[in-house]
Amino acid sequence: MLKINNGERIDRSQIPRVSSELFHRQLSQFVRNNGFIVQFFAYPEDKQMVLLAVLRNSDLFILETTVGREFPSLTLNAGPQFNLFEREVAEQYGLRPAGHPWLKMLRYHANKSDKPDVFGNNYEEEIPGNYPYFQVQGESVHEVAVGPVHAGIIEPGHFRFQCAGEEVLHLEIQLGYQHRGVEELLQTVPHKRLITIAEGIAGDTSIGHNLSCCQALEALCGLEVAGGASTQRTIALELERLANHIGDLGALSGDVAFNPPAAYFGRIRGEFLNLLLALSGNRFGKGLIRPGGTAFAMGQEARQVIANKIKELRPEILHVCDLLFTAHTVLARFERTGTVTREHAQALGLVGVCGRASGLDYDVREFFPTECYGDLPTISNKVTSGDVLSRAMVRQEEIVHSLNAIDLLLAREEEPCQPVPVEGTDYALAPSSCVVTLNEGWRGEISHCLLTDDQGQLIRYKIKDPSFHNWPGLAMALRNQEISDFPLCNKSFNLSYCGFDL
Amino acid sequence: MYKIIRNRLEQGHRTSSYPKKPIQLPAIYRGLPMVNADSSLTLARRCAELCPQNAILAEERKIDLGRCTFCGRCAEVQEGDGDYFVRFSQRFELAAVRREDLITSGSLPELAQHAKEQITKLFGRSLQLRQVSAGGCNACEADINVLGTPFFFLSRFGIDFVASPRHADGIMVTGPISRNMRSALMDTYQAVPAPKVVIAAGCCAISGGPFHGSAEIIGDLNTLLPVDLYIPGCPPHPLTTLHALLAYFKQVQS
Ligand code: SF4
Ligand code: SF4
Repeated sequence: MLKINNGERIDRSQIPRVSSELFHRQLSQFVRNNGFIVQFFAYPEDKQMVLLAVLRNSDLFILETTVGREFPSLTLNAGPQFNLFEREVAEQYGLRPAGHPWLKMLRYHANKSDKPDVFGNNYEEEIPGNYPYFQVQGESVHEVAVGPVHAGIIEPGHFRFQCAGEEVLHLEIQLGYQHRGVEELLQTVPHKRLITIAEGIAGDTSIGHNLSCCQALEALCGLEVAGGASTQRTIALELERLANHIGDLGALSGDVAFNPPAAYFGRIRGEFLNLLLALSGNRFGKGLIRPGGTAFAMGQEARQVIANKIKELRPEILHVCDLLFTAHTVLARFERTGTVTREHAQALGLVGVCGRASGLDYDVREFFPTECYGDLPTISNKVTSGDVLSRAMVRQEEIVHSLNAIDLLLAREEEPCQPVPVEGTDYALAPSSCVVTLNEGWRGEISHCLLTDDQGQLIRYKIKDPSFHNWPGLAMALRNQEISDFPLCNKSFNLSYCGFDL
Repeated sequence: MYKIIRNRLEQGHRTSSYPKKPIQLPAIYRGLPMVNADSSLTLARRCAELCPQNAILAEERKIDLGRCTFCGRCAEVQEGDGDYFVRFSQRFELAAVRREDLITSGSLPELAQHAKEQITKLFGRSLQLRQVSAGGCNACEADINVLGTPFFFLSRFGIDFVASPRHADGIMVTGPISRNMRSALMDTYQAVPAPKVVIAAGCCAISGGPFHGSAEIIGDLNTLLPVDLYIPGCPPHPLTTLHALLAYFKQVQS
């Protein structure tokens, strides 16, 4: 295995290419020794297919192997961390993970190789919904099907519950409805479209995903980012975190019918979106980050607007948090609901807020810092019992931490940097290269991995949204819960459908 | 109880007085683009070249708001002594009833005058919409949801988003309509009792948005369903949506 650094270009020839057996053994061992998967995907090379894995413990590693039509399933032999990754590989390139215990498609599209379809599908037909679900048999067992269209303004997805009375025995989450071919597009469009598409991977994480995209392009083109731009990007990522965490706390409160915090946090979330608007002209920060820096200089005036707003909002946020977390009725509903034990969280490889709430102490900002994170204090979480309350508390702690971080960043004496010029986006990407970027988005670890061929053309653009790790966590949280707790559990995870579906 | 009252006092009254009083968005917000009719063709072509959405019609000096993400790049280039192609105004009233009206150099027909009389009569006092999310990035949905927060407080106008299509007067579609959502979208539309309206919100639903050209999307809602109202943006600002709904259904003049 080769140790790599976050956001650093390497030659593809440096990636250790091992035999299929060794690949299998090393990955199994790594995961067994408290290691986690960051990326696991296939790409075509000449006439053959390659499987590439990026792994992490306190360092980052990369290795790959070639593969024919089949490879032995790591899900079967090394655990559920590989489950969705292997299903994705099967769907994208027609490579069968032999022995995979639940080999179902994720996004219902024909594979991108000339191999026969692993699932035997005819893609001229309507596929979504047309496949078996995991079923529990028994006299009093019944099934509840929800979605794809839900009762609210939210994204589509299907949830299939196996219940005995009120109790959920099993939940299967079947997504894919939002699939719009993002990876394929990124590999084929003119470079000027890259960031616009990256900002559309998950709109609530526009900053996080576009930052991951830009850092990768910067590594491949050897672009430097000025200090002032880096400060601005870090502030933007924290504003995105604040807006979402605050919105989530409000939504959680609304879900247990405690309306005042829901209304207040709903409004305060908007204030943070407006700060992103003040930085970029868009409430989700779209258009702000460009390879090489940012599109708009953050002048003294913008700094002042943000500083004043934070000063105004901080006490309000603390007061509403206090209102929420001291209400007995709220605590009674949050505590011991939807618990994911540390053991399960580790086996599934949960990341971000959900991982930390279950005691997995991993934060990209601390482990593999980019931008200004190396200079900022880290955060540790106090309530980590894996239930709804823990996921809410982790958000509260992160909110306070982000407010402090932005204050520290604004206090830096820096010249506003020049905006990156809008033309000249036909990037000369370094040939035969590979780069992996990681950032702690508000949901958790985002990772982009880009590979180029000997002409500097992108041959693979792989995206991983943190939701890809965390959806199975939600399914586990529902085990032996009342089905009526599903909305609350779901809110406490608040995962991305479009980030998963790509 | 004490805490509830204290927080209530601290929060105060936050609902916006729009549309009774006009509202000003910051200068950095990019609303209706004002194309410079005198800009040189070379400059217009340069802008068309750099536009990620192919939204610029250089010869005609027009921008297609149905494709544009309002990224602002085309407003950044200049030539010689101050020749510019476009400046973005802070006008957030962007919706239109005809697709071709969205191809503009800076003026849009007054929406309230385009509202069909039958529509205002039917839905002017009470409008229930079912939102269908079909393959976008979810920012559109997020900024529709915002209309329910105390600042915008949509229901004070008699407009609500409902859970069941059976209770709805129409659908508001976001996203480029992924192949995988096509049939669920059609089912939802069928379930809405007639007469019904169809609203395309965000450049995704109008033209495929950032995902245009992907084989996995339909890309243009109008090819599936007859669209009554187009709301441009990526995502549309909540005020853009609010204005569109008030002008089209309630004939509120801007
Ligand atoms: S603002 Fe619109 S027209 Fe201008 S470059 Fe961006 S997408 Fe193209
Ligand atoms: S129009 Fe823009 S904001 Fe709306 S769903 Fe599409 S990409 Fe997202």
